[in-house]
Amino acid sequence: MRIQKRTIALILYFVLLLLPIYWMLNMSLRTNADILTTFSLIPTDPTLKNYLKIFTDASWYSGYLNSIYYVTLNTVISLTVALPAAYAFSRYSFLGDKHMFFWLLTNRMAPPAVFLLPFFQLYSTVGLIDTHIAVAISHCLFNVPLAVWILEGFMSGVPREIDEMSYIDGYSFPRFFLTVFVPLIRTGIGVTAFFCFMFSWVELLLARTLTTTDAKPIAATMTRTVSATGLDWGLLAAAGILTIVPGALVIWFVRNYIAKGFALGRV
Amino acid sequence: MTLVLDRVTRQVGGLTHIYETSLELAAGSLNILLGPTLAGKTSLMRLMAGLDRPTTGRLLVDGVNVTGSGVRDRSVAMVYQQFINYPSFTVYDNIASPLRRSGLARNALDQRVRAMAASLHIDGLLDRMPSELSGGQQQRTALARALVKDSDLLLLDEPLVNLDYKLREGLREELRGIFRTGTATVVYATTEPHEALMLGGDTIVVDAGRILQTGPTAHVFRNPASTRVGEVFSDPPMNMVDGTIDTDAATLGQGVRVPLAPHMKALQPGRYRFGVRANYLFVSPQDADDIAFSAQVELAEISGSETFIHVSNADFKWVAQEEGVHGFDLGQSITLYLSPRHLLVFGQDDTLVAAPEPTTPERANGPHRT
Repeated sequence: MRIQKRTIALILYFVLLLLPIYWMLNMSLRTNADILTTFSLIPTDPTLKNYLKIFTDASWYSGYLNSIYYVTLNTVISLTVALPAAYAFSRYSFLGDKHMFFWLLTNRMAPPAVFLLPFFQLYSTVGLIDTHIAVAISHCLFNVPLAVWILEGFMSGVPREIDEMSYIDGYSFPRFFLTVFVPLIRTGIGVTAFFCFMFSWVELLLARTLTTTDAKPIAATMTRTVSATGLDWGLLAAAGILTIVPGALVIWFVRNYIAKGFALGRV
Repeated sequence: MTLVLDRVTRQVGGLTHIYETSLELAAGSLNILLGPTLAGKTSLMRLMAGLDRPTTGRLLVDGVNVTGSGVRDRSVAMVYQQFINYPSFTVYDNIASPLRRSGLARNALDQRVRAMAASLHIDGLLDRMPSELSGGQQQRTALARALVKDSDLLLLDEPLVNLDYKLREGLREELRGIFRTGTATVVYATTEPHEALMLGGDTIVVDAGRILQTGPTAHVFRNPASTRVGEVFSDPPMNMVDGTIDTDAATLGQGVRVPLAPHMKALQPGRYRFGVRANYLFVSPQDADDIAFSAQVELAEISGSETFIHVSNADFKWVAQEEGVHGFDLGQSITLYLSPRHLLVFGQDDTLVAAPEPTTPERANGPHRT
């Protein structure tokens, strides 16, 4: 009896959770005229026209490519910067290390809008506006502190004696770090990459402001569907579905790591 | 390799971990660092390894100053108290790791790894990961990795303390053999006096960041330089009582008269402290000239075939170690016997002034087989 109750509750929860996503999928498979005239739970006349338009029209699919490009760039930069930083925080004590660690975290407490104007001014001065690297670097402000924080937790779980033993065995630092240490914290790296990816993927404000055409993210492209004739619902829904896909894929790959990360208490 | 510590100190964040220490370890010698927890054994080892730099002082290896050079440039191997292996490498790769770094050819490497694994009885486990091994096997892997390197200095920081009793006994025997055949200068830290006695070699008694005494293990055991060494280098700690010596006899506590044993004859009359190890206290007289004490039983612990009797009276709180199982009631009054021949005499400044002759038959203080 008890199990049944729980099952019912879970089913209800998932229905509520997945209803908007299903509705989006539903819309994405219908034409705009169909959406606006008839109400139906299942598309009566399913069409892939919306998806075809996105995959064939360069102004649409380049949005995805741009997003994927700067998100990947950002994840790589964040990890490259955060790995040595987290190692320093976990292994060495230096003057003000705890304050600095906290200061890093406070960067995440400010809303992105606070940094919008200075970033725009700064980036246009150095001519970085409308480049992928501009968006990737601006997202580092939020992702690097988070990455340092998560990685530091994982690194502190590795006994310091392993570092010393490697030096005794004759490893150089880079070699030790890459062949011994990184494999030990790969769970943490997976979790960190996931969070960096997710933040950068959904962040719209900075990405839209710092780009105009060449590096325009998909979320900005989606606002284009507003035209004089109204919204193109079907196209917008198809774009939305495609936006979910990369995130879902990443979650699928790191799902075990995430569970472990939660167990370790840092995520 | 001769290792010399020349007036070395180590301070960390305003705290002194090692007070000024000078020490010379002969090439190929076996040195036991004996001291209680927090004595500074690990700190000393880390200085010897080059993992930490001394705050002041110098380290010389074969006469060459190596104070500034890091651990990578020295010929050192170390085994930790915790079982430290590379968790992501197999046992084979763990043992091979120091050899790979030294650029040994594949065939020679394979041969050495397998020979070392065989000599430590882990040759059947080479494909396993360290997490799939038992504690004893993990420590064997760590030992194999340290030994296969054939380094000049081998540091073992309480390597057996996290193992259970039986494994410890077995592995200690094997280590004895390895130390005997090896050429490395070995430093072995332990808190257990009987481990030091079993391993033999030289003992360095450390306490509270200072070296209290160095010398051949059996000699240090028989002649503890101070009361503190006596406490550290005996388990249970040495029993102490204040007393006086006059012309023809000694008085222990408040009036137990003791005839002077041969080693006490030359002492000037005056106040002294007398020490006796727990295993020289008996509940029945062993000899005609034994002296008798009466005391109350505070606790009687039975550990297998031995009984530890904690007793006290107005002058002292002692522990007697008896063969066999004895039942005593708490508060029961008993008589303890000891022979003056087993009394160590310390001066007012707690330094040793007289110790029994080494010819005294040493009764079983643990498995004393050196």
